[in-house]
Amino acid sequence: MQNAIKIHVNGEAKTWRSGATVADLLTELDIKTERVAVELNLEILDRAAFSQRQIKDGDRVEIMSFIGGGSF
Amino acid sequence: MTDDRLIIAGREFKSRLWVGTGKYKDFAETKKAIELSGADVVTVAVRRVNITDRSKENLLDYIDPKKYTILPNTAGCYTVEDAVRYSRLARAAGVSDLVKLEVLGDERTLFPDTAGLIEAAKILIKEGFIVLPYTNDDPIVAQKLVDVGCPAVMPLAAPIGSGLGIRNPYNLKIIMEMIKVPIIVDAGVGTASDAAFAMELGADAVLMNTAIAGAQDPFAMAEAMKYAVYAGRLAYKAGRIPRKLYATASSPIEGML
Repeated sequence: MQNAIKIHVNGEAKTWRSGATVADLLTELDIKTERVAVELNLEILDRAAFSQRQIKDGDRVEIMSFIGGGSF
Repeated sequence: MTDDRLIIAGREFKSRLWVGTGKYKDFAETKKAIELSGADVVTVAVRRVNITDRSKENLLDYIDPKKYTILPNTAGCYTVEDAVRYSRLARAAGVSDLVKLEVLGDERTLFPDTAGLIEAAKILIKEGFIVLPYTNDDPIVAQKLVDVGCPAVMPLAAPIGSGLGIRNPYNLKIIMEMIKVPIIVDAGVGTASDAAFAMELGADAVLMNTAIAGAQDPFAMAEAMKYAVYAGRLAYKAGRIPRKLYATASSPIEGML
């Protein structure tokens, strides 16, 4: 088995396989890449970068999308 | 009034009623209420994707971005940093450069922090966003927002979700007269007459959520709002009669016995 890394995804602690890219993470979480935004350690990623950026131990990933809401 | 189009930052809008997507029972109800309202601008919030329960559907599977202008908002943001961060995330999620900018100042009233709002607007406009700011009914702040490049201003009628209606028609009227960009009255509307009143004052559009979603029959209220906004706009364009303290007979005296 490959080395495992510890990351946070949307605030939840997760153990993931090392070497996974952001695109892999989204696929493995069953999240369609269209209409989501990904922030990796506070940096917002271009969609094109999803398949290039590897996630590393200690990374904090935020996956955001649109929900119902008018004003808060 | 077929040529009576609302144009903001070069974009043309058919409907002068804009709606939020919060507080509905489910997405099917959201979709139907929005259809009945006739709105073509729909505001949505930006939140974390639910990563544990993937069975949850996506709002945009119901509200087709090809059919509606999706207006992401920064609801829930209390700092300039958060409002800017959420705006950037919204744009990165890929529906548009538009943002309904909220920088809230207080949890109880949800009144805007107008100093923070102007600051956040400046930053986002520099980055190419089309910023539609949710602001107080303060004409000076509204002008400052225009000065930093907002192509429309969205003053509140009353606190968000309060349903109090148009609390300060005089300030709103001053904003509409002073400010040379479209004015969208946002928040506080409770029922159809409030929406009509806002439009009669000269608002270019009205944005609402709770008044429809929270009504006992959201579908009926969505339709009521559609007609109220339309009627209010027609009445504004028609030009109302002046108010007088005493009667003026509308039938001639001539020919009476």
